[in-house]
Amino acid sequence: MTQFLSLLLNGISLGAIYALIALGFVIIFKASEVVSFTHGSLLLLGAYAIARLADPLGFLPAVLVGVLMTALAAFLVERLIINRLRGAPVISLAIVTIGVDIILLTELIRQIGPDILNIPHPWGGDSVRIGGVGISENRLIAMGVAGVLIVAFFVAFKYSSWGVAMRASAEDGEAAALMGIRQGRVSALAWVVAGVLAAVAALFLVGAPTPGVSAAAYTVALRAFPAAILGGLDSTGGALVGGLLIGITEAMAAGYQEQLSFLGRGFGEVAPYVVMIVVLLVRPSGLFGTKELTRV
Amino acid sequence: MLSVDSLQVTYGGAVEAVRGVSMEVPDGAVVAVLGSNGAGKSTLLRTISGTLRLHRGRVDAGTVRFGDLDLTRRDAGQIVRAGVVQVPEGRRIFGRLTVEENLRAGGMGNRDRAAKAEAITRVHDLFPVLRERSGQRAGLLSGGEQQMLAIGRALMASPRLLLLDEPSLGLAPRVIGQIGEVIAEINRQGTSVLLVEQNATMALGVATHAYVLDVGRVSLSGDARELAQSDEVQRLYLGHTGATPEQQRTERAPRRTLSRWTA
Repeated sequence: MTQFLSLLLNGISLGAIYALIALGFVIIFKASEVVSFTHGSLLLLGAYAIARLADPLGFLPAVLVGVLMTALAAFLVERLIINRLRGAPVISLAIVTIGVDIILLTELIRQIGPDILNIPHPWGGDSVRIGGVGISENRLIAMGVAGVLIVAFFVAFKYSSWGVAMRASAEDGEAAALMGIRQGRVSALAWVVAGVLAAVAALFLVGAPTPGVSAAAYTVALRAFPAAILGGLDSTGGALVGGLLIGITEAMAAGYQEQLSFLGRGFGEVAPYVVMIVVLLVRPSGLFGTKELTRV
Repeated sequence: MLSVDSLQVTYGGAVEAVRGVSMEVPDGAVVAVLGSNGAGKSTLLRTISGTLRLHRGRVDAGTVRFGDLDLTRRDAGQIVRAGVVQVPEGRRIFGRLTVEENLRAGGMGNRDRAAKAEAITRVHDLFPVLRERSGQRAGLLSGGEQQMLAIGRALMASPRLLLLDEPSLGLAPRVIGQIGEVIAEINRQGTSVLLVEQNATMALGVATHAYVLDVGRVSLSGDARELAQSDEVQRLYLGHTGATPEQQRTERAPRRTLSRWTA
């Protein structure tokens, strides 16, 4: 039972991080009608920038600058590439983002090299025990920060002008344009928000119990894709549920590895994809996705 | 106020939708544009509102001026800010947003807070039902209420010229009558209106001036009341053949009966 609770808590904390990434993925899809595969490398960029800047600047300034850099990178991708291809088929746009991702990733891997960079989190790699359930401090703080960010995001999405503009233009772009809503601006802001969320996620994703910033962090980021897709690509609530579901699945599959040994070692890493496939077989547009995604 | 001069628009570089249309909307007027499907009515409105590009359309020649502003060189957002706002065909309200959020979205082109507050009062006075339903999802409104919301949403931008694309489409005759009254009221409050319609009875009832579009050209224009009396408009848009209803019935009914039921 203790093991189960411990895995559940760790799963939720991991899931909260995935939810941050998935939320960015979903709002980009809603605002720009792009399935953005650049998200993995943006995340790695955030982690890399924070790790490199932490030494000269100190931890907190490094986090601030790293988050801003990632947001700026996302903004530039939107302005310089995606915005110019407005109206292109979804597939072409997705492939363009894969291209951007490969370029960014290659450069980042060249920069990182074979090293594993460390982000000197002030909270270190210690674990705490809550009623016999163990969790790393990093993950505990991640859960708190992610929770605050997610609540802030949903409040803004529901009540702010940006939220209303964004939901309006996601529902009917032309009608929104006729109301004077500038879709370019809505879309650029969505990318910036997604960049911020990805960088914050990166900050925690490369902390304990994960070893540090290496090219491998990229594959971790990729697990947020099934989170966004199984929640329903155009549903922010779905991203949250999907993120948690994937996080818990991954933690459980890794924790009960011995019982699952007939599936081979490291099943935890593929479990998210298995869950995604199962969900999509039953509900092709995800748990909360709109049934019809084509627009007339 | 709005003047369109020898406008030519093509889609995809080939299909001519509007060929040399010229028209005027004077300050404070209600002008109607009549025409059947494919006459170029919606294209005209898209050109004025700056959304042609979304449909791969292009202005090949001619100008659209609003005051001193050349609208063909402005984007949709700038045109709304200049005071020209469209209620699109088929209403196009944001069904998943609440009524209140729809109105908020309509006010996004309106920077001035005082003007926005004034606009919402005006909309609620015109359509009390929108105040009652403000927290409801817009998709749950009836067709007539949705049309009112679409008009209210456009009014939130405090337009000087309101463009309406077939507001009577798919509505019951009684509701069409209400829409006509609303348009007249909006005009009385000082907003000029360009009304595109297939329902000529309603349009010619509220308009002072009208144009008839036929395959991309203006085929008739003039005073709305005179046009309503003209033979061509009567025949094409008001459903009169010149014969009395009794004559029509005796002429047509037997033939139809024979062709369908004798065999």
